[in-house]
Amino acid sequence: MTTAAQLLTARRGRFRADWTDWVSYAYLILGVIVMFGPVLWLFASSFKSEAGLNQFPPTLLPWQPAQVQIAGQPAPLPLFHVLTGPHAGEDLAEVRRIGLMAQLLDPKSPNQVIRLRTNTIKPAMQMRAAWDNYTGLFSKFNFLRYLFNSVFITVVATLITLLINSMAAFALSKYRFRGRDGVFLLMIATLMIPPTIILVPNFLIASALGLVNSLWGVILPGVATPTGVFLLRQYMLTLPDDLIEAARMDNASEWRIYWRIVLPLSAPALAVLAIFSVMWRWNEFLWPLIVLTRNEHFTLPLALYSFQGELTTSWNYILSMTIITLLPVTIIFILLQRRITQGIASAGVK
Amino acid sequence: MSGVAARAAERTYAAVMNVPERPMRWAQARMGTGRFAWLFVAPNLAIFGIFTFLPIAIDFIYAFTGGPELMPADRAFTGLANLRELLSCGNYLNPNTCTRDIFWDGVWNTLRFVVLQVGLMILFSLITALVLNRKVIGRGFFRAAFFYPVLLSPVVVALIWKWILQRYGVLNAVVTDVGLHPVDWLLNGTSAFSWTVFVSIWAHMGFYTLILLAGLQAIPADIYEAAAMDAAPPWRTFRRITLPLLMPSLLVVLVLGLIRAVQIFDEVYVLTGGGPGTATTYLVQFIYQTGFAAQVREYGLAAAASLLLATVLLVLTLVQLRATRGTR
Amino acid sequence: MAALSLRGVVKRFGTVEVIHNVSFDIPAGEFVVFVGPSGCGKSTLLRMICGLETVSDGQVVIDDQVVNNIPPARRGLAMVFQSYALYPHMTVYQNMAFGLENIATPRPEIDRRVDEAARMLRLDQFLQRKPTQLSGGQRQRVAIGRAIVREPRIFLFDEPLSNLDAELRVSMRAEIAGLHRRLGTTMIYVTHDQVEAMTMADRIVVLRSGSVEQVGPPLELYNHPANQFVAGFIGSPRMNFYEGQIERVTSDALLVACPALGNVRTDAAPSARPGGQVTLGIRPEHVQVGDAGPNVVRGEVAAVEQLGGLSYVRLAAPDMTIQLSGQTALALGHTAAVTLPPAAIHVFDDQGAALPHHAMTTSMAPQPA
Repeated sequence: MTTAAQLLTARRGRFRADWTDWVSYAYLILGVIVMFGPVLWLFASSFKSEAGLNQFPPTLLPWQPAQVQIAGQPAPLPLFHVLTGPHAGEDLAEVRRIGLMAQLLDPKSPNQVIRLRTNTIKPAMQMRAAWDNYTGLFSKFNFLRYLFNSVFITVVATLITLLINSMAAFALSKYRFRGRDGVFLLMIATLMIPPTIILVPNFLIASALGLVNSLWGVILPGVATPTGVFLLRQYMLTLPDDLIEAARMDNASEWRIYWRIVLPLSAPALAVLAIFSVMWRWNEFLWPLIVLTRNEHFTLPLALYSFQGELTTSWNYILSMTIITLLPVTIIFILLQRRITQGIASAGVK
Repeated sequence: MSGVAARAAERTYAAVMNVPERPMRWAQARMGTGRFAWLFVAPNLAIFGIFTFLPIAIDFIYAFTGGPELMPADRAFTGLANLRELLSCGNYLNPNTCTRDIFWDGVWNTLRFVVLQVGLMILFSLITALVLNRKVIGRGFFRAAFFYPVLLSPVVVALIWKWILQRYGVLNAVVTDVGLHPVDWLLNGTSAFSWTVFVSIWAHMGFYTLILLAGLQAIPADIYEAAAMDAAPPWRTFRRITLPLLMPSLLVVLVLGLIRAVQIFDEVYVLTGGGPGTATTYLVQFIYQTGFAAQVREYGLAAAASLLLATVLLVLTLVQLRATRGTR
Repeated sequence: MAALSLRGVVKRFGTVEVIHNVSFDIPAGEFVVFVGPSGCGKSTLLRMICGLETVSDGQVVIDDQVVNNIPPARRGLAMVFQSYALYPHMTVYQNMAFGLENIATPRPEIDRRVDEAARMLRLDQFLQRKPTQLSGGQRQRVAIGRAIVREPRIFLFDEPLSNLDAELRVSMRAEIAGLHRRLGTTMIYVTHDQVEAMTMADRIVVLRSGSVEQVGPPLELYNHPANQFVAGFIGSPRMNFYEGQIERVTSDALLVACPALGNVRTDAAPSARPGGQVTLGIRPEHVQVGDAGPNVVRGEVAAVEQLGGLSYVRLAAPDMTIQLSGQTALALGHTAAVTLPPAAIHVFDDQGAALPHHAMTTSMAPQPA
């Protein structure tokens, strides 16, 4: 049967290639191109020098106008390829251009000035990866500082999140105390309160606590994730109660039971939460935008945002900074994508 | 991890965790195991209390007071003035007749955005999930590919597309190749709006595709086999079997998508800044601008707008709770 | 080692009372088994002694000290859990050392105790392994080792052998009994298996539905069950029970009319009254084959099981199970004549309590077929 609906209902492929299979694969491949393509294009573009970036139409590989330093000349001169005429095929350096005539020097014998019409020459291109787009970040900008801010916030926030979320999850899963269910519901209720509606008051509270313009002002408000508590609690419920009773018999204090028995045994769930937390924290934008007002405290996303407002023509640095910003998340993705996608899929079904 | 590194890590961990041991034991002895549990919940609850519940209360204070002061104590009580200012319009459908035209630009833009973005995103997510549900080789790879943009920072997402869409960017290169004129994609109101919809779909559909795919895979295979035995034609199978059984996941995706779409800000703000003009200014941007970016910060208005937004989100969340409970 | 006393112990979960006024004493150094059917409260009782459950009423006394409000770890007890409750992420050594580390015992002392316990339980090869790398029996021993290392005054065992297969169970039973002989510490052992109870205990506490039915040494429970429940619970195969009514009470005998057996003569029971409803009980191993003597019963053989050293014969009417030593010539369909020695018959009143009568002599051995 070859109706379009077949595409939608088929669960198994057929042994002979159906037209629906072709369409499916075409769709998927198109999807991959659309999803990965833009990032790869950004990556390729980040290796072009400023001059190379100004080329239109843009090329995939980092071609850029070649330059050559000629003895006696103060600065490197752009190299041009001669198309027609007596010097056809040669690469000559252009000293200056007057009207429709260009004055060129032969790098091999730079004493003689050659005059050619501008429509007989075109820029010579060379392929060069502009690594200084990346290295320049460190020398020209406070990049190391931004990187440090982002790393500091991500690492510290994740550690604190793991600690206090697991403490709360432990209490909610292994203890019976009055008000326990109420507390749990309260925590889940905070899922319903998106940060966008409490921006102004949170700013007030951060000001009152002296957290404005401090990295801690970014870290603290978000460490108590309800998703984290929920996830860890679900996992801890599966730990046998005997272990905790045996530990009590073994004279362990409740605190010791927590960090010597429950935490190590919750490692898988902690790992998932850690991954989520790293991703959330590294990518955060709106709240840091509000809380951090001084440049030296900016995180990478903030720095990116402020640069692209100022340096509308220096795309080369913006591109390299963007690539560095997305690198950690991409690495985590490559290494752990299966675990992440499985975690989300199973949570979604619940 | 190498043995030495592992043991060093263990020892640091033990050393750090042992620090509160003495005070914890003391507290445990004083409070008893039952009440001691509160100590474990306390840090989390404190953060929630200070940074989630308290702010909601303060939102109300801000919404009903006026003036540029930050501290609530310094502000003057103005009652419903803020709300009235936000909601006063000659013709509600024409933002230019409103006192706060940007607010209403935001409202209508957001409404258009939500309907378009959520509708298209669910459609594409559903199609992708259905395609992925077939026996494709490399399904894991394809699934991961669709999911990758979800992991990117909104700033990164915006810059990626800004780079592609700019006047001398690669999209225009392709366009000129085909023989058409290059377009300033983000400088035309309707075009910019469409692109915010597209970029938002690009950045988020992977997440919803995963949920729908899980929902599809939860449908037992023998149901389809039974349908085949019943000689059910494919479209009928889809409409009467797949769709109803997928309804819980679709509802989840719908409500989650709506909640997120209503709060759209980060990637759009970096991509277009709300422009051209107010063509891509959405509600949260209004709140941000009024409360934090304007010369004179109007906390009262921002808070009032936040409360209105909160009401919409509350309704959506309750709908989701009701819907998912009903289908369980 | 320590003596344990329970005085009027009651346990309530909400409004439901599950342990009703339990009192008994256990002298120091004894091996005591709590036995009873599922749900009788033996585990709850153990956990109350341990401190893992609170006591609603009454007192738990260890060595003259009321321990109700003392946390579990400080009562000087050690528990072997049914599931062993070994810490899966720690090695055997760490599992055993954990308790001592928590009270800041110096490392040399920890090592000494762990090594000694490991040697005693033949675990010295496995100290660096994790529980998942051990067999069921080895894990059992690690759980015991963890308890030994703490040098408690009472050991508590919560159905430790129920997760093992039959053969392992027999050898572990012997090991635990050997441990008791060696260490001499008071041990409280919970099980639902009366064979374990009979073979291991110095004293048995029989529990049913939260109440103590009888406390005593194994043979006393066997020879002088205090009520019908204990009589039926202890001893395998189960005692045969028959209803009847007292016809006549004399100074040296009791005459009971049983619908199933006819008129039965038992030893004298001073507290009996004529006309009272009673239940008679006789163990399968005390029924004698033949028609010489009082209380002859005839019945058709409905089943015969020959185990070589023992035979079980079941009669159809009356419904009676008989245990004979050796092999039997009785076969299906035969009509067998058996006699019930009066001294072997237990009499229970209409409440189930045993009517006191002449002591059973130990010479009531199973009769040859």
